Amino acid sequence: MYKIIVIGGSAGSFPLIQKLLAKLPASYNTPIVLCLHRLKHIRHGFVEALNLKSAKQIIEPDDKEKIQKGRVYLAPANYHLMADIGNIFSLSTSDMVSFSRPSINVAFDTFSYIFKEKMLGVILSGANSDGAMGLYMAKKRGAKVITQSPAEATIKTMPEAAIHLMPDIKQLNIDEIIEYILSHDSIKIEV
Amino acid sequence: MIAEDIDLNAIKEISGVLKSSWNYDFSEYATTSFMRRISRAKEIFRIGSNAELIVKIKSDKNFTEELVREITVNTTEMFRDPSFWRKLREDILPELAKLSTIRIWHAACSSGEEVYTMAILLNEMGISNYSIIATDINDEVIEKAKSGLYLNRNMELNTQNYNRFLGGVDFKKYYNHFSVDVVKMNPDLLRNVHFRKHDLVIGTPFSKFDLVLCRNVMIYFNMSLQNKVLSLIEQSLFSGSYLAIGSKESIAWCAASNHFKTISAEEKIYQKITTLGS
Repeated sequence: MYKIIVIGGSAGSFPLIQKLLAKLPASYNTPIVLCLHRLKHIRHGFVEALNLKSAKQIIEPDDKEKIQKGRVYLAPANYHLMADIGNIFSLSTSDMVSFSRPSINVAFDTFSYIFKEKMLGVILSGANSDGAMGLYMAKKRGAKVITQSPAEATIKTMPEAAIHLMPDIKQLNIDEIIEYILSHDSIKIEV
Repeated sequence: MIAEDIDLNAIKEISGVLKSSWNYDFSEYATTSFMRRISRAKEIFRIGSNAELIVKIKSDKNFTEELVREITVNTTEMFRDPSFWRKLREDILPELAKLSTIRIWHAACSSGEEVYTMAILLNEMGISNYSIIATDINDEVIEKAKSGLYLNRNMELNTQNYNRFLGGVDFKKYYNHFSVDVVKMNPDLLRNVHFRKHDLVIGTPFSKFDLVLCRNVMIYFNMSLQNKVLSLIEQSLFSGSYLAIGSKESIAWCAASNHFKTISAEEKIYQKITTLGS
């Protein structure tokens, strides 16, 4: 079972994330990290929009905050979101990567460095190639990797970039991805 | 990406040599972030192995300076988080302006964007009784800050931030075109600014201030080092002085945090309070 699920998405991924969050029971145990491209200068509104239809409270973590079970996290605006030793988040304002901050590559790279085969990485619809290289590194470190199938994705560029680097990557539709996540939870928590 | 040969032992060895050869202490930097910076620096300088990197650090002071500049993060913006600067304008600086001189420290000022931001803000408020000390670990970025030369393409974002801050004038008033790609900030903005080299990690308190800005600096440190640096900053503040950190930083787990009360949880502004024994 996974200790962490990291999901990267950009243009066209927001409705998919909403759908996942709507189906996620409050008792879901495995921490989920959402790294989504978003406007740099708008700090508010995004997390609130994601919270609307979810039984989970979605949190934008502070630097060095502990990664906790049962939580859903969103990478804050204008920071890279990383994992660090001791199951903590670590933030950075370093240069944009693939024109993005938060960058999905940075998240996949550091979360897979810490969690290795205990990580599930998912890439969704998006209009640039951010995330593909990071997911490739994650796979090399033993993580399970999934892409939304390009046939279904609103914008295919991100899934196709991942498939280009990993021709054998598991390709699923969003309903199958949600089903996979729901059926692969570590032990459920009491709420 | 974190390179395959960059593991805990490798960064321990590399930071060990930086310390023993040149007294730069990266041993308590945030691990994965530091690993990414080292991996990236090796690519930039086309260094094939850790052994080669270590030899270069030991033998080449200039290289080490360049390396330090690459592994420390120097990305910054003018008026980053416009609502933070509005808060300073509305609530904090009017209070501090009652002092005979406002003493401000930009701790780890990098290439100086926030120093110019502060000077512009004070200028627009009509406050002239201030003194700014801006420090950084790296000489080269200090020289860059002093020169006031910035890439023209960065001015678009800086101007957007300034406009969201609701600045008083056309931002173009504060700089001139230096060349096609480069602008030069109005040097008059630095008339009350002094730069000096200071390393927050191995440095000691050198003065006391009414306002310290240390925004998005401690995120590169591990929790143990954050604890030490907050203590150094706390010792550099008068009772009643203010501290500003980055919007997603926290001092909650630092021992010195009990010397502070929260002035703005949203903009991460804290005030040093009088505690028993201080």
